[in-house]
Amino acid sequence: MPEVKTKQSLHKRNDELANTNRQLEILNNGIFESGELPKFADKIAQNGHSSLQPKKLEILQINVGYMCNQVCEHCHVDAGPDRKEIMTRETMQQCLDVIKNTGAHTLDLTGGAPEMNPNFRWFVEEASKLGIKDFIVRSNLTIIRANKKYYDLPDFFAAHNVHVVSSMPHWTKGKTDKQRGNGVFDASIKALQELNDRGYGMPDSKLRLDLVYNPSGAFLPTNQEAMQKDFKKALLEDFNINFHQLFAITNLPISRFLDYLIASENYEDYMYSLVEAYNPSAVSNVMCTNTISVSWDGWLYDCDFNQMLGLKVASKVKHISDYNEEVLQKRNIVISQHCYGCTAGAGSSCQGTVA
Amino acid sequence: MSKTYYDPADLRKFGKITEWSEELGTKFFDYYGKVFEEGALSAREKSLIALAVSHVVKCPYCIDAYTKDGLQRGITKEEMMEAVHAGAAIESGATLVHGVQMMNKYEKLSM
Repeated sequence: MPEVKTKQSLHKRNDELANTNRQLEILNNGIFESGELPKFADKIAQNGHSSLQPKKLEILQINVGYMCNQVCEHCHVDAGPDRKEIMTRETMQQCLDVIKNTGAHTLDLTGGAPEMNPNFRWFVEEASKLGIKDFIVRSNLTIIRANKKYYDLPDFFAAHNVHVVSSMPHWTKGKTDKQRGNGVFDASIKALQELNDRGYGMPDSKLRLDLVYNPSGAFLPTNQEAMQKDFKKALLEDFNINFHQLFAITNLPISRFLDYLIASENYEDYMYSLVEAYNPSAVSNVMCTNTISVSWDGWLYDCDFNQMLGLKVASKVKHISDYNEEVLQKRNIVISQHCYGCTAGAGSSCQGTVA
Repeated sequence: MSKTYYDPADLRKFGKITEWSEELGTKFFDYYGKVFEEGALSAREKSLIALAVSHVVKCPYCIDAYTKDGLQRGITKEEMMEAVHAGAAIESGATLVHGVQMMNKYEKLSM
């Protein structure tokens, strides 16, 4: 198996951007403080939104830990092998109690590499008994080939009818490895072929396999359907790989991607691109309006990005142990300039475009 | 900081040309937007043509804009470089084809 290159997280390096307050300071000052670009709250106010409120809850997204076998350049979680934040079985039990009674139709497990949580399989087994319509696991693919103990994951996913959603920044090795680390492309291709062998991603198969495309650099994704066409053609011709849908996701200017933007002197241009591509029709469908994000330690957030910025829900219910959907649905969504990432172009969410 | 005629940040202000001539500026941007929509040629093909022409007319703003546009569309660096060569070949061909004029004139003037 090819060796997967690993580096250290911002946290491990004690980088100033590991501090979420520093990230928010950058996002709130500079070109936004000077008025060169409008703040997100002012922009949505121009379209009659004095604030953002949730609509019907559809997705419960649970981050089971920040540990990962990869250290991707753009990672908004700042995940990596050196991150030790892992959801305990006790918190998972609290999540299961919530899943039993939630109105959400989709359960979305993410990380890090969720499979690295020692209680991952137990949690999937228990959660899959609770009648959730769509049960997603966000797998980075390489974990399936990382160690013998993970080799049977495709069978485990299939046995529990898990919907697998995996990142794949490009259909070429060079672009993929540059963003995600050396060896990631080859390991991902092997993992995709194994998933295909179990029926995942095959035409007419009920075992869903979707891929996530996010740009490998300081630019925005283009039309999701056009990218899907290119991905399907290239992966089928070059590797005989099938998948169902491609989700095009915009990189949000936080954590390691913010670090990259600043270091490569692309930050201002990127923020201009996001603001220029602002699409008012994406605002009412942004994922924070139908999602609740739970962190490894049980805190509640409007989305995974707010979780990584430490912006907890603006509600008296803030923790999974006090979960009350009715109370939570009355909150205002916490916003900042990173939110432009979800309203650019056709909009962006963990489920792809929204507009 | 040294002053230059070209400032990359000026590209962001392109739309401002409309402020000094609203009718013509608006007509231009409407036309421009329409040209690059999907048509008999795909938007992807048009992006590569635009990149080649950007090099031929040596417009640094256009090169920045269509390199980024190509990246967004998933166009590879190999495809981009081939497009630049297509533009360069036409440009050098346009110079060399005048060699025929030189040859004609040479023959005409020579005994």
